Order: sequence, then structure tokens, then C-alpha cells
Amino acid sequence: MTEHTAHLQHHFRDLDQQHEAATLGMWTFLATEVLFFGGLFLGYSVYRICYPQAWIEGSHHLKESAGAINTGVLLCSSLTMAMAVRCASRHLTKQTTGFLLATITLGLIFLGIKATEYRIEWNEALVPHFNFDTNRYAANPSLGQRVELFMSFYFIMTALHATHMIVGISLLTWVAYHARKGRYINNPTWVEMTGLYWHFVDIVWIFLFPLLYLIR
Amino acid sequence: MNEGFRLLPRSASTFAPQVDGVYFFHLAVAAFFTLLILVLVIYFSLRYSRKRNRHPQNVEASNTIEIAFIVALFFLTMVMGAWGTRIYIDEYVVPQGAMEIHVIAKQWMWKTQHPEGQREINALHIPIGRPIRLVMNSQDVIHSFFIPAFRVKRDVVPGRYNEMWFQATTPGDYHLFCAEYCGSNHSAMIGTITVMEPAAYQRWLAGTSADEPPVRSGEKLFAQFACNTCHGQRAPTLAGMYGRKVTLDTGQTLIAGDPYIRESILNPSAKIVAGFPPIMPTYQGQITEEQLMNLMTYIKTLKDASTQPTQ
Amino acid sequence: MTSIPYIPAIDRPETYLTAGYKVRTWLLTRDHKRIAILYMIFITFFFVIGGVAATLMRLELVTPRADLFQPDAYNRLFTMHGIIMVFFFLIPSIPAVLGNFLIPIMIGARDMAFPRINLFSWYLFIIGGAITFFALLLGGVDTGWTFYTPFSSVYSDSWVTLAIVGIFINGFSSILTGLNIIVTVHTMRAPGMYWFRMPLFVWSIYATALIQVLATPVIAITLLLVAVERVTGIGIFNPALGGDPVLFQHMFWFYSHPAVYIMILPSFGVMSEIITCFSHKRIFGYRFVAFSSFAIAVLGFLTWAHHMFVAGISLYAGITFSFVSFIVAIPSAIKAFNWTFTLYKGSVDLKTPMLYALGFLGLFVMGGLTGFFVATLGLDVHVHDTYFVVAHFHYIMVGGAVMGYLGGIHFWWPKITGKMYPEWWGRFSAFTIFMGFNLTFFPQFILGYLGMPRRYASYPDEFQVLNVLSSAGASILAVGYVLPLTYLLWSLKWGKPATQNPFGAAGLEWTTSSPPPPENFKVQPIVTDEAYAYEKIPLPPPSP
Repeated sequence: MTEHTAHLQHHFRDLDQQHEAATLGMWTFLATEVLFFGGLFLGYSVYRICYPQAWIEGSHHLKESAGAINTGVLLCSSLTMAMAVRCASRHLTKQTTGFLLATITLGLIFLGIKATEYRIEWNEALVPHFNFDTNRYAANPSLGQRVELFMSFYFIMTALHATHMIVGISLLTWVAYHARKGRYINNPTWVEMTGLYWHFVDIVWIFLFPLLYLIR
Repeated sequence: MNEGFRLLPRSASTFAPQVDGVYFFHLAVAAFFTLLILVLVIYFSLRYSRKRNRHPQNVEASNTIEIAFIVALFFLTMVMGAWGTRIYIDEYVVPQGAMEIHVIAKQWMWKTQHPEGQREINALHIPIGRPIRLVMNSQDVIHSFFIPAFRVKRDVVPGRYNEMWFQATTPGDYHLFCAEYCGSNHSAMIGTITVMEPAAYQRWLAGTSADEPPVRSGEKLFAQFACNTCHGQRAPTLAGMYGRKVTLDTGQTLIAGDPYIRESILNPSAKIVAGFPPIMPTYQGQITEEQLMNLMTYIKTLKDASTQPTQ
Repeated sequence: MTSIPYIPAIDRPETYLTAGYKVRTWLLTRDHKRIAILYMIFITFFFVIGGVAATLMRLELVTPRADLFQPDAYNRLFTMHGIIMVFFFLIPSIPAVLGNFLIPIMIGARDMAFPRINLFSWYLFIIGGAITFFALLLGGVDTGWTFYTPFSSVYSDSWVTLAIVGIFINGFSSILTGLNIIVTVHTMRAPGMYWFRMPLFVWSIYATALIQVLATPVIAITLLLVAVERVTGIGIFNPALGGDPVLFQHMFWFYSHPAVYIMILPSFGVMSEIITCFSHKRIFGYRFVAFSSFAIAVLGFLTWAHHMFVAGISLYAGITFSFVSFIVAIPSAIKAFNWTFTLYKGSVDLKTPMLYALGFLGLFVMGGLTGFFVATLGLDVHVHDTYFVVAHFHYIMVGGAVMGYLGGIHFWWPKITGKMYPEWWGRFSAFTIFMGFNLTFFPQFILGYLGMPRRYASYPDEFQVLNVLSSAGASILAVGYVLPLTYLLWSLKWGKPATQNPFGAAGLEWTTSSPPPPENFKVQPIVTDEAYAYEKIPLPPPSP
């Protein structure tokens, strides 16, 4: 009995109530996030319809192999995350920590690949405002302008996604630290909540990847 | 133009009495409900005051009353809405043969040009009894062309053409306001609309030095940019193209209206007509908004093959 | 499953106010009631700042020329007024102050579901507010609170980016407050507190929270794009670079129209509480009032483009949005109808909160009915962006939301502070505000129909008479607002101590002491009655 109360915050009646609150809270937060990214997806779609040619042209500048590898990495990280949640609910401290660490590693690999991609794009002078090479489109400056718009969307959307990844990795690190100490044995709520968030970040990428890299 | 104190703006266009009609109807509805609530609240507060009534009774709301209220309100609002929509549709559909005046807005000035070429700044002279269509564009931020006496208003948006039309009925000087906040001197971006009898308008036109009419400028630009070297041969003919349906190489179809022509001059490769190579260079940066408007006015006059100049 | 027993009463402080006196017991508190007080202090601060800006604007408009302020200064004043009043006063006012204080008590909970997040959102509010306020001090913003592109993203050379950063941060405060309320209402209700036993205040704050959570992220991303565009010069909303400025308007109003309902729905809740209490009977048509809040929340998301009837949207879009705008008025009308009929056969006592509530009813009805004018396409073409619109939304937001807020503050003041406000002064201020308000804003309807555009520092001479009337009203209104500020502060020290239930009101908040103890109730309440079971409460004597 006493170890239960250690996890129960004073204002809840019981652990069920606390778990229900945490779950509903996280889902509501994710609904907010959907609308947050939704604004960007709307802008992307509107301009895609206005300037289809520039959007096709722009996506040819992206490295779809890097994007594909990253998609794979993230899908794997979702698997390890799901495993971590499953282990946590079965009170397996060691395995939970292990899967959490694997998820963190995969997340870091994703960010590494993404950073490399940014570097290549910088070297190819594709970054709007900073070094976008308009001479590439000397024959058709207005097309160049629109490709620049595409690249703006690319950078804003992927950077926002990467920011969410960084937040996710920080959360995971914190959760893994506590998991190692066995603090979630009876209350895996935190592992579950972080898992929900992590899956959401993955799903955003599952939309970003085809929209930016594949649809031509 | 100083009008002294009044409760209604002057009425000087064919739209004005219509809008005032809806306004009075709305006023009557608003006054009725406001008074109704006022009377009920005062009556209930006195009749059932705590000093008088020590035995409050719960009154169950009957669904019938609530739903009847909803349905009645629904029909009332639909009448109100439909009446206003009717006017909006009239304002939307420009009559054939309207006199076309170009309006270019910039921070903080209105530039207008008549079909015969006369230019004005912060002013516009127009005759009564003739539909007038304004084609408007902004060089910088969003403005809004507002003539209270005509009860018309339209935002003037950079990068696109917004149109409005009206027909003046009463000679006089009327306010022109910029209604969309546009920066420091927004409240100084005002002007005067002078409505004249047709004869007086003709005299005014004759007495005002005219620049080249927009159609002529457009024709010159057409020649200067040598549009006809391609259009008609390697590129689709422009004669009779305005307002017609065209098929693109993507298989889509669209109506060749103002937005399409504008885009095709500024960003030709965006939408290519099926069967033609994408060879047209862009004219973005080489042509001002005003020239673009003139060029388009000219293109619209090319009704059939005989009118388009050939190489 | 286990549960925590309540700490025996002897070991706990008597009220939440005496639970600790050090500053850090306030700044690190997780008690929803203390957080509500923290909000109240800073919201009042922002209200005063916004009010001063409004007063200066009305002073400038006494004469037709831009003489007291140059147009640039005037433009900064109305922007400051708009930004502060909308983002830092109206939106957080009732949800974050009264909602925070009352929601857990009204549903019989010990606290909000996430007390730490609750405190965190107050800090976000303070940080966002400080940044925006700093931007206004540095030299201000001249875009209007609407931030229309491309003016805001390219042409304005004021502190737009900094202000946007502040509003962006504040947006997350609003989202987290909404999230907390949703989760609290879903999971923290006391035994027996079924959905249809909840007070209507809880319903309307809950509906508000839904809008906060779903609409706010859209403005966050939109303003973020404007800021990025300003800093890096990409052209998402700049037509010169291929962007579309009207897209900004769609995204902006997708939030900002529902935001109007964030401001007014909570006042609806306050109204239902006050009117039932001072009629001493049940609300007329509980379910209709409850569901109309939801109808408004849902339909409110489908009306945004009625702000753009003259922007060049298509004819069909115009007709559709006009239609939905009429439909959204119907649930509001149901509420007004039900409140009025709640008085019928009641036992009406015109105490201060009731005067505010009846004032609200009158002003809100006028604001709502003039909403029909601007929802009507042909009429909106004429009055759009004129003082008619200014008057209309002030009738809703000041006549509605602020009257509701003040009525609520008076109604729950004994509960919050344990002191009574002075009744005579309360009635006097309610009356002064009502009169001052009408004198300020009614002439603006006429001005608007005459064609005076909004955001004008100077205007043609013939508009002067009505502008002077409006400014005169504003000075009365200003006095009306200073009064409660003064006597409520006075009452903290000299006010009569309040009993547990001074107004003979129904609701769980009146079953605990005034002010409530730290965890709200000494024993877990169990609800057995529907809301507003006034037949079980003895009728208090009439007030003199």
C-alpha cells in the first residue's frame, strides 16, 4: 500500500484517476500539436497547388536516400519505444531502461543524419535567405523564387520536427534515468506518456517525408 | 464636402438605397429585441422582486417553446441574411460595358487613371448613370477602397486584382477613405470622389491633360516586348483568349481571366497551355504594376484574330 | 486502490491565504486558488495599461486633427491597446482567474489535475507578458493587433518580432490552462457530480478550454511564420516573393474568431451562476444553455472568413460564411432568452453582481444583434473596418466579457478574499459602467454607418460631434473602472468578514468556508443534487 502512495500526487483520489488524467492530458496536448503542425501543412498545400512546378523542382534538391534512411531509423525507434512501454507495464526495470536507451540512440542517429543533410544543403547553396543561389535559376527567376519558398517550408517544417525530436530525447533521457532506478515499477505512466509523444513525433515525420521528398 | 451633423451618410449610388433598406430592417429587428429584453427584465425585476415575491417557483423550460424560438429565429435570420446576400451578388457581378478605371494604391496615396488616359491622385471624377468598374492593385501593403456615400468597399491587395463596381446617382463631392490599416499615414490616405453630370464629365475630360490612354500604353508595351513574335505561332494566340477556357499541359482546364494572364506574364512556366513549349521568358521585375495593368487592358481588347498584330 | 486520507483539520492552516506568508509560498505555490490570485494581480495590471492606452486614444480623437499624438504614436497606442486587451487581459481573464479558482471547487476536487503545469502556465503568461510589454516600451508596434501581412512581415519598422515572441509564449500559457481545465473536468469530478449536475459555469469554461486547445496552436504557428519572415525575408506571406497575404488572414482568423468565444463564453457561465442565485431558482432550460456553449464552440470554428468579405474571397465562400455566422448567433440568443426567463417567477434581488449581470444581458443583446448587421453580406461591405465594427465588438468584449468578469469578481469576492465588498459602491460602479459604456460606444455605431474608418488618427470635421460624445463617455467609463479597483482593495482591509454563503447561493463552492481551506473541502463532498437546487436553500432576506 505504501509504495503506491509514493507515486500518487496528493490531489488525486487514487492511481486510476491519476493515470486517466495523465493520459487524457497527453492526448489533448497531442491534439494541440496536430493543429500546430496543421498550420504549416496548410501553407505547404496551398502553395503546392499554386506552384506545382516549383514544388517538384524543389523536392529534386532533397536527398531522398537520407530521408528514407531516417524514416527507417524513426520507425525502428518507435518499435523500441513500444517495447519499452510494454516492459515497463510488466515491471521489467532492466529491459525498460535498455529499450529506452535504444530509442534515445536511434533518435540521436536521426538527428545526426538530419544535420548532415542540412550541411550538404548548405554546401549546395540551398538555404533561403542565407545562401540560396539564385543564379541556378537565372533563366527563370520567378521559378527560383518559388523554389526558395519550397526550401523555406522544408527548413521550417523539418527544423520544427527536429525541435520536437530534441524535446523527446530530453524527456526520454529523464525517463530512462528514473527507470534505471526502478521508480516506474508500479507506475509506468511516465514511460507511457513519453511513448505517446514519441510516436506522435514519428507520425509527423511519416507525413513530412513523402510530402517533401517523394511527391514529384 | 463638410456635411455637418447627420445620422445617415449621403446616398449617391444605386447600391446606397438598397443597403439602407437592409440597414433599416436590421435596425427594426435590433430595436424590437433590445426593447423586448429591456421591458421583460425591468418587469420581472419589479414584479418578482424579493420584497414582493418570497416564494420563487421553478419553471420548467418546455422543449416546445425553446425549439419554436430556435426555428423562428432561424427563419428571421435567413431573411436578414438573404436580403444582404442579394445585394452582395449584385455588387459582385459587374455589368457588361462598364467604364474601366484603374486604381493603384501605395502607401499613402490613391492613383487613378481613366480609360482616356487622364490621371488623378487622391481624386476621381466620374459621371452619373454609368456603371463604373474599378480594377485595383496595390504596390505595397493591403489597402481598402471605401466610398461611404456609395456603400461600397473593396480591399486592394498586392499581387492580385480586386475589382469593384458602382453606378453613381447624385452629383457632388464624396469622401474616399482607405479602410484597411496600412501604416503611418493611413488616416491621411483619403481623397475625393467627384460625381458629375455626363456633360460636365465630358468637359472635365476635355479640359484635363490626358496621358496616353491605358489601351494605347498597353499596345506600345505589346510591341516593345515583341509579344507577337511568339503568340500566334509558337505560343497560343492571344486573340479572343480572355475569358475563354484553356487546357493546360497537365490536363487541367481553367478560365483565362485576370489572375491567369497576370501569372503568365510574371511566371510563364507555372501553367503552360497544352501543346506549346515552355519558352516564354518571365517579365517579373521588368514591368511595373501599372504597365502590367495597361498591357492586360490591351490584351483584353484583342477580340479575334484580325485584331492581333502579327509579325 | 488506495486513497490519501484528508489531513486532520487541526494540522492544517485554516484558509489557503494563511497557508504561508513568504513570497516563495506564493511564487512556488501549486494551489489553484493562489495561482488564480497571481493571475488576477497581473491581469489587473494589464487591464490598467490597456485602459490607459484607450483613454489616450479617446483623448486624441476629441479633435479631428492628429494634434495630441502624431499618427505614428496613435498607431502604436491602438496596437498596444488591442494586443494587451486581447491577449493579456480578455483571453486569460475569466478562465485563468475565476476558472482556476472555481473549477476544482465547483466539481468537488482538491486541485486542478496538473498543479505544476498550472503554475508553469502562469510563468509563461508572465514571461510572454513581460516580453510583449518590453516591446511596447522600447518603441511599440504599429501593425494593429491583427498583424496583417505584408505590412507586419515586411513594411513595418517597429518591434513586431519581439511582440510576436511574447504572444507566442503567452499562447502556450493559454493552451496549457485549457488543457488543465479539460482534464480536470473529465477526471476530477467528485462522486455524484455527473455531467448534467455540473454548474453551467463549468460547462462554459470547459467549452472555452476546447477552443483554447484547438485554436491557439494555429495562431502560434501563423505568428511564428510572420516572425521568421521578418527575420529572414522568406516570402510565405509576401506577394513580391510569391506568397499570399490573404492566406495569413485565413490562418489568423481561424484562431482569432474562435478567440472571441474564448473571451465571451466564460462570461456566459458567470451569468448563469449570478442570475440563478439572485432569482433564487433553477435556470430556465439547463440543457439548452449547456449545449448552446458547445454549439458556439463548434460553429465558432466555421465562421472565420466573415472577417474577409471585402478581401476578395469568392462569392460562394462569402455566402457560406455569412450563413454560418447567422447560425452561430442562434445559440447565443437561446442563452439570452433563457436568462431572461429565469427571472420569471423568481425572487429577484438586485445586488451588485446581479446589476452587472443584467447590464451584461442588455449590452450583450445589443452586441449580438449588431452582429447580424456585420454578418449580412451587403451591409458588411459598407460597415466593414469602420467604427460600426469597433462598436459591435466592444459591446461583446467590454459590454459582455468585462461586465461578466466584474460581475463574477463581485459575486465570488467574499469566497476569494473572505471579505464583503461595499454594496452601495458596488451598485454605483455597476450603474456608472453601464452608462459610461453606452455613451462611449453607442455613438460609434452611428459613426461607423456614416463611414468613419477605424484606426484613423485624424478624421473629417463632420464626425467630431459623435467623437466628442464617445470620448466623454470614455471618461465616465474610466471612472467606473477605477471605482471597483479602489473599493475592492479597500475591502481587503476594512471590508466586513464574509460568511460561508453570503448570498444564499447553490453550488459546492458555497459549502466550504470563505476563503476555502488549502485543499478546498474538509471532507470529500458527495453530490446528490442537480445544479441550482435552490428549493433546498432558505431564501435570504431582501437587500435594502
